[in-house]
Amino acid sequence: MHIVVCIKQVPDSAQIRVHPVTNTIMRQGVPAIVNPYDLFSLEEALRLKDQFGGKVTVLCMGPPQAEEALRKCVSFGADEAVLVTDRAFAGADTLATSYALAAAIRKLNSEQKVDLVFTGKQTIDGDTAQVGPGIAKRMGLQLLTYVSRIVETDVDGGTITVERRGEGGVQVLKTQMPALITMLENTNEMRFASLPAMIQAAAYQVRKWSKEDAAIEDLTKIGLKGSPTVVSKVFGPTPRSEKAEMLVLENSTLRDVTLTLLQSIFTRQPTLEQDLLDKLSA
Amino acid sequence: MSEPAKAPLKPAGRGRNLELSEELKAYKGVWVFIEHERGHVHSVSWELLGEGRKLADQLGVTLSGVLLGGPDEDLDKFAKEAFSFGADHCYITRDPVLKGYRNEPFTKGLTDLVNKYKPEIVLLGATSQGRDLAGSVATTLLTGLTADCTELSIDPVTRALAATRPTFGGSLLCTIMTLAYRPQMATVRPRVMAMPRGDDSRTGTLSEDTLGLIETNIVTKLLDFIADASSNKINLPYADVIVSGGKGLKNPDNFKLVFDLARVLGGEVGATRPCVQAGWVEADRQVGQTGKTVRPKLYIAAGISGAIQHRVGCEASDVIVAINTDPNAPIFDFAHYGIVGNAMQVLPALTQAFKAHLDARIRKVA
Repeated sequence: MHIVVCIKQVPDSAQIRVHPVTNTIMRQGVPAIVNPYDLFSLEEALRLKDQFGGKVTVLCMGPPQAEEALRKCVSFGADEAVLVTDRAFAGADTLATSYALAAAIRKLNSEQKVDLVFTGKQTIDGDTAQVGPGIAKRMGLQLLTYVSRIVETDVDGGTITVERRGEGGVQVLKTQMPALITMLENTNEMRFASLPAMIQAAAYQVRKWSKEDAAIEDLTKIGLKGSPTVVSKVFGPTPRSEKAEMLVLENSTLRDVTLTLLQSIFTRQPTLEQDLLDKLSA
Repeated sequence: MSEPAKAPLKPAGRGRNLELSEELKAYKGVWVFIEHERGHVHSVSWELLGEGRKLADQLGVTLSGVLLGGPDEDLDKFAKEAFSFGADHCYITRDPVLKGYRNEPFTKGLTDLVNKYKPEIVLLGATSQGRDLAGSVATTLLTGLTADCTELSIDPVTRALAATRPTFGGSLLCTIMTLAYRPQMATVRPRVMAMPRGDDSRTGTLSEDTLGLIETNIVTKLLDFIADASSNKINLPYADVIVSGGKGLKNPDNFKLVFDLARVLGGEVGATRPCVQAGWVEADRQVGQTGKTVRPKLYIAAGISGAIQHRVGCEASDVIVAINTDPNAPIFDFAHYGIVGNAMQVLPALTQAFKAHLDARIRKVA
């Protein structure tokens, strides 16, 4: 099997803080990590490789420093890593990104037939969940998003059966490969990087492709030019004028404070008390 | 993603086309994709009709619902509900292959309708179905799609859709527009927009189209649907009362106090992302940027610092009560009432107070 896993290097958004005065993002010192959702997809790809043999290639469209993220994936067990990097990709929205990645995957496919493409469910910086579906559409791949479990893979028959999370339940879907899968989070546990894999990763030469290497033909489809969406404004959330009414515990007993609070709550939301009474009598 | 900068930014030029062609100017109308599963419409579709109505009124255009489904599904009934929530018209495509969601037939269904009737705006719920479909349709139409919007408005100058969404975990907001492409597509998470009032006297028009796909040509097969056991259902987004716990509770056992209060209030239990990641509660209980958006009448936050990622998930609540030992916790910036104290003492006190109050009121009535 040849499985391609698309990853993205992102700033660790959980650690990002807004400067209280300038209202801009303080990026310095925020570590760059492999998009956490991508790791669930990578782990699933590695499990398929363990089961059926073959090769896992990790692919990333990004600036030169994204090489670090790809190397991390090699340390987990990916066999090959390709960084598609070019100034022309800067400012790409999801449509322009899926165009570039689809071109790169086609190139990889010409080297060795690709059976499955995995992407993460979404990124922690963009949060759109659009690139996976975009790549699938452009390449004519069957799309399976929000996969909670791979039920069965028939390599010879070229089919794959998955469970996909929907509203109120799980769909069981069977399709033909090549297909594109996005894994739901917490569906598996990322393996520890083995010592041999870490050593391999340290010495590994990440393949770097420019837009020409990735056989990208239409330059109007990449980067800022190829992005229909435009950021017209960036701003901080408006602080609320009223802060919380503080109930102080020193001056009164806890019991008094809670009674005052209840009265305040019921006054502020007049229909709530009846709701609670209705629920109790039901 | 472009680098965020000090607000406001002008849209970057560099040879980009930012002008709408004459052909695209002819695209008119606001559409809402009406998502349904097994006989029931997802409430986010109604929330979007409520929002869509405002946009359509500002533009002076029609608001339409789009319904795709199987011949034995209640699409006409769903259309009537759509009219009551503000739709002027519903587009219906009925076909056996549209029974149960699959990417390929639904993408073709929606894309064909868009190409035929040319709406300027298409809105979908940011659910597993909505996001799967929106990404495929936007790529097929080669147009712009903005995900997880928290605010939608019409720019009076360009008549274009201004879609605002959080960025970088919610620390900043950005407004995104699709100036030179149509339709402008956006997804919105459940509960971000308010549920509109239904008006059963409202009527609308219907039109029906065909799909033109046969089952044998559809590669992905839907073999089964396994419903979640109803006892497992945690319905946080639509809960009227939520009691939420954060890492300030110190250990997972203290969540019992959160559950106790929620029980007395007939409410749901929520939690912050760190608690979910630590395995203290199920992922379905996560409130926030990457969890659920909630808008209960009452939201009680215990031991929660109130970081922006959590704030965006709960700030639409009618009444927010915060309990934290740190008087400088950011939660007090947006809560309505605050108690600086130990949640492990305050929660049981609140539980007792509510219980006593409600019991007394019931006895009075009885």
